[in-house]
Amino acid sequence: MSPFTIVSTALSSLGTNKLRTGLALLGIVIGVAAVISVMSVGRGAQRSITADLEALGTNLLFVRPGNLGARYSFAEGASVTTVMEFSGPTRGSMETLTLEDAYALWDPLFAPHVVAVAPEIETWGRIVAGRENTSTQIIGVTPEYETMRNYATASGQFITREQVATAAEAVVLGSTVSKVLFGNRDPVGQSVRIEGRRFYVTGVLQSRGGTILGSLDSQVMVPITTAYYQLSPNRTTSGDIAVSSINVQIDDSGAAEESIQDLATVLRLRHRITGEDDFTITSQEETIRALNDATRTFTLFLGSIAGISLLVGGIGIMNIMMVSVTERTREIGVRKAMGAKWRDILFQFVTEATLLSIGGGIAGVLLGVGVSRLLDGSIDQSLPTVVSADIVLMALAVAASIGLFFGIYPAARAATLHPIEALRYE
Amino acid sequence: MIELSDVTKVYRLGAVEVAALNGVSLSIERGSMLAVMGPSGSGKSTLMNIIGCLDVPTSGAYSLEGQEVAPLSGNGLAEIRNTKIGFVFQTYNLLPRLTALGNVELPLMYGRGRNRRKRALEALERVGLGDRTRHRPAELSGGQQQRVGIARALVKDPAILLADEPTGNLDSRSSAEIMAILTGLNRDEGRTVVVVTHEAEVAAQASRVVAMRDGKIVSDGPSAGSAGYWPGAGDRGAQ
Repeated sequence: MSPFTIVSTALSSLGTNKLRTGLALLGIVIGVAAVISVMSVGRGAQRSITADLEALGTNLLFVRPGNLGARYSFAEGASVTTVMEFSGPTRGSMETLTLEDAYALWDPLFAPHVVAVAPEIETWGRIVAGRENTSTQIIGVTPEYETMRNYATASGQFITREQVATAAEAVVLGSTVSKVLFGNRDPVGQSVRIEGRRFYVTGVLQSRGGTILGSLDSQVMVPITTAYYQLSPNRTTSGDIAVSSINVQIDDSGAAEESIQDLATVLRLRHRITGEDDFTITSQEETIRALNDATRTFTLFLGSIAGISLLVGGIGIMNIMMVSVTERTREIGVRKAMGAKWRDILFQFVTEATLLSIGGGIAGVLLGVGVSRLLDGSIDQSLPTVVSADIVLMALAVAASIGLFFGIYPAARAATLHPIEALRYE
Repeated sequence: MIELSDVTKVYRLGAVEVAALNGVSLSIERGSMLAVMGPSGSGKSTLMNIIGCLDVPTSGAYSLEGQEVAPLSGNGLAEIRNTKIGFVFQTYNLLPRLTALGNVELPLMYGRGRNRRKRALEALERVGLGDRTRHRPAELSGGQQQRVGIARALVKDPAILLADEPTGNLDSRSSAEIMAILTGLNRDEGRTVVVVTHEAEVAAQASRVVAMRDGKIVSDGPSAGSAGYWPGAGDRGAQ
């Protein structure tokens, strides 16, 4: 039988019972649509995570107190904990990194790739302006922080070196904080109270929009010295000023691994470490990779759940094909009497099942793409959906092979029917 | 030339073995018209199935035009059914969702068939249904359906036509038409025609009648009604 004859015969058989064909399709349609929409949400999350993290600045290394690697196996790349540590509000509960450590890292001899260092002290506090108040993350920073982490001021200016040197009561507001406290007025020059102390607003940051890590607009920034003396007077056991983390910018992203080793050497010397490190250094790439791995795993997990519905759809096709073979026993007998060979009958039914699943697959792709479009940005502004060709092709291929797989058994039953018994079948 | 020697066919029904054919030897000349008669259960349908290569004998030898059938695989048998044998069934066995033309094209799909449409149309015209090609079986009378069945049996130009009670479901007028077509195919085109029937009128149109009972041939001879009508029909068909 020519392929054209096989396909047209199968289509005409399927067209005979349209309702049943439609119902058999439905399982595959839903399965494929579910897989595509789940995967597109996952891909979108992955893409926005990468974009958000890259927006934090480029070629960054993060030095944090405490040995995360000792508590969680870092070598296996299961760095979800790092990620949570990174994005969570209470970063580094241990006080082992000092302000002096930060400046020691800016060492052209031991760490030649380092171009900028920005230590930070993080804390939380209540900020009050007139009748308005809000609870925000307060970051004590140095001027380097602005360019390293891609901040820019919408009005006024960022924390200056003089303010750091004098531990000035100056604060730069995130755009959301500014809006909550001052509405649309320009707050530069106004005074606010942070944890009961008077600060002057010297700048407002440009809005950076929501990100997958939370809003960067609901923070305020103060000079790092002010943060230490007035808001978060944490000391290390040796009595030095403790910092929450140290941002290090290097000149070449390819030198990240090398620089991590350089920085570790400096810190080990300073901390007189012979055994376990009391700090953890991660690169931005590593963080992106870890987050992407986590998202991918989660997406795959959801995708496989959606895939189960595809499997159920396949079983639906098998069921319909079994019924169809039984109903058409006599037809099979007639075809065999007319000289149909074993493989002619097999191909006919396998083709029907495969056409069913491919048809369902195509409809499912259309539905899935439509659902993804609807979901785009509607769950969360910062969560786009990304439909990529590989997902669509994969879903189609899986659907087709499911049809093939679940079509073979009923088709083989049809093909092995004895012609006489098939002809006698009532 | 159909040659059966000492053919038996044993069916197993649970623990019981039933011999549907019990040592049947029969040879049918090319171009002859043979009627097989007998009550139900006599084994005539089983004989027909074996001649038609729908089934294989339990023991004994069957050769069709010099070819031994026993060693053939399922595909080999299918090939013979497709190229050498045309079946006409009591219940027509047309596929309801296909048109008359589609049904007649069916055997052409399973083989190296070119010009399917043209050959199917020719076959329908030969049975006088050139104007009913687009009709589905449900839109045709019993006699017309059986004529479509004959057209389907003819379309591959087989040497042998096997008709199992071809008039069993028809009124006498349609029966006469169908038998006229079948006898014509034998007489004018030299095809071997084997008709299974229990109607004496039908059997009377054959040149030779074989009677069966309990899986055995109990009588074999020229038909009473036809002996004088087409003398030497077998010889003429041997060309």
